[in-house]
Amino acid sequence: MSEKVLMKGNEAFAEAVIRGGVRFYFGYPITPQSEIPEFMSRELPKWGGKFLQAESELGAINMAYGCGAAGGNGFISSSSPGIALMQEGMSFLCSAEVPVVLLNASRGGPGIGSIQPGQADYNQVTRGGGNGDYKMPVFAPASIQEAIDILYDAPALADQWRNPVMVLVDGLMGQMMEPVLMPEPKKPLESADIPTVKPWAISGSEKGTRSVVKSLRLQPEVLEEHVEHLFEKYGRMEKELVRVETENVENAEVVFVAFGTMARLVKEAMEILESQGVKAGMIRPISLWPYPYEAFDKIGKNCKAVISAELSMGQMVQDVKLGVEGRWPVRLIHRVGGMLPTSLDIVEKTRKILEEVR
Amino acid sequence: MGEALRLRVPERRILVVTGHYGSGKTEFCVSLALGLAKQGHRPYERLALADLDIINPYFRSRERRAQLERAGVPVYGSAYGHEVTAEIPELAANIKAPLVDAGCRVIVDVGGNDSGALVLRQFGKYLRPGETLNLCVVNANRPETRDAEGVMEHLRAIEANMGMRVDGLVNNTHLLRETDAACVGKGHALCEEVCRRTGLELWCDCYPRGVVSADEIEGRYAHPMPLGLYMRPAWLDIGFQ
Repeated sequence: MSEKVLMKGNEAFAEAVIRGGVRFYFGYPITPQSEIPEFMSRELPKWGGKFLQAESELGAINMAYGCGAAGGNGFISSSSPGIALMQEGMSFLCSAEVPVVLLNASRGGPGIGSIQPGQADYNQVTRGGGNGDYKMPVFAPASIQEAIDILYDAPALADQWRNPVMVLVDGLMGQMMEPVLMPEPKKPLESADIPTVKPWAISGSEKGTRSVVKSLRLQPEVLEEHVEHLFEKYGRMEKELVRVETENVENAEVVFVAFGTMARLVKEAMEILESQGVKAGMIRPISLWPYPYEAFDKIGKNCKAVISAELSMGQMVQDVKLGVEGRWPVRLIHRVGGMLPTSLDIVEKTRKILEEVR
Repeated sequence: MGEALRLRVPERRILVVTGHYGSGKTEFCVSLALGLAKQGHRPYERLALADLDIINPYFRSRERRAQLERAGVPVYGSAYGHEVTAEIPELAANIKAPLVDAGCRVIVDVGGNDSGALVLRQFGKYLRPGETLNLCVVNANRPETRDAEGVMEHLRAIEANMGMRVDGLVNNTHLLRETDAACVGKGHALCEEVCRRTGLELWCDCYPRGVVSADEIEGRYAHPMPLGLYMRPAWLDIGFQ
């Protein structure tokens, strides 16, 4: 498709992941991402894929576990409380090294919260709400086009690392429209190719070989060795999967750190600050794990404060402090509950912070 | 809006607006309501907007209630005090008030797609053919309505669900702030083709005010309609590579 089309975020996410090779979707509807299962139920069969509505989010993630273990390219999507229900499954997927692509269109919390956009799932998705030592790459695009590009690559990335990959958007990005370009469809994995492409998978097709995909390891020394193996892999991911965009951080008086929808609001606020003579920069983490700590080393000597701007009570700010390592004062600008700050609110709060740190 | 431009006034008292997700129904309804409130819309004394969108959780016309009511256009929506953040598929019982008020012109903003149009069934007895104009908004940049077959399939699905015939098309072919005159022209040609094949009327051609210049549109089409991007704050169009 060479021409731009206008797509709703949720539809675009679904189409991008299909074009990236996904042929299995398991899900349960929840606002603000229900257009994804709706789109998948209608469109995925046209690509030769299978759509299955699970009886709950627990069902969906365990179906994806089975699909991935058998070598299929699966996708699941949900929103904050639904993602919370899936946490046990994510721990199992990571332990058993089963690739699957997940999308969280996050909303207001805690609890059932609201259906308006939120970013308070930061800790849940980067620290893991499931049990045990595990990690999962998490990407947080700030536009629908960026989400398309990430989701298009995500199935291959999950396969390459034999690990689940999470894409975190917020409800607003799922619901808004944007003119986008869709990439050309990739050739999907055929069942007959699974034993060759994914020899570890339970493809059931070869005599004499036996694949085992599991998370249970009862012998302590065996489990310890497995967890050490996982962390050797996570260490390589930390080197290879960091994605970040920085803007004017070398000369800025104030550096914002923001991702997703909040990064858009910050960008508008930066333009206003610039017009008022305040030099502002931004670090926009695209990968939330692994986190782009090194980007903070680019901040120049004019910096007076680093501001984490979040739609939460301050979760990413802990990573910002780790990146800053005490070199500059760290402050937080936030709204919660599904409320969004205006760019003028951000400007006003920034000016107050700059007065306070002077 | 060019000062001399007069908006086309719907020929019937009740205007029902359907269309695909992202076709711009809500932007059309809000712009038309605000435009008619300013310009006048005789012979009716009152003007109201009924938001029947039970499909989308965000970007619904009831979010612009304060602005519309300041302009003298009451908004009828959810029963929960115009609650904008609920996803409950319910509508206020008083929605039928403007539908039965013979002195009130009403614009009915229906939720996206054929599933959104289903909600009209319960109001069928108030939507009498001689009193109701059914318009379907078309954006040729939406993947499903990019060609005449797609638009006609969509029309059939909407008509089947709402139990009424569509009377005319609104060309609202846009790419938000990337819209240009050629984009509007592409949609105009598509809608003309559909009209030729179906006998429908191309009711108006929309363009985003301030994005496409009025000089490029007005005079080219019989019924140009500038839209205000009331539902689209500028920061939503800030790009990232």
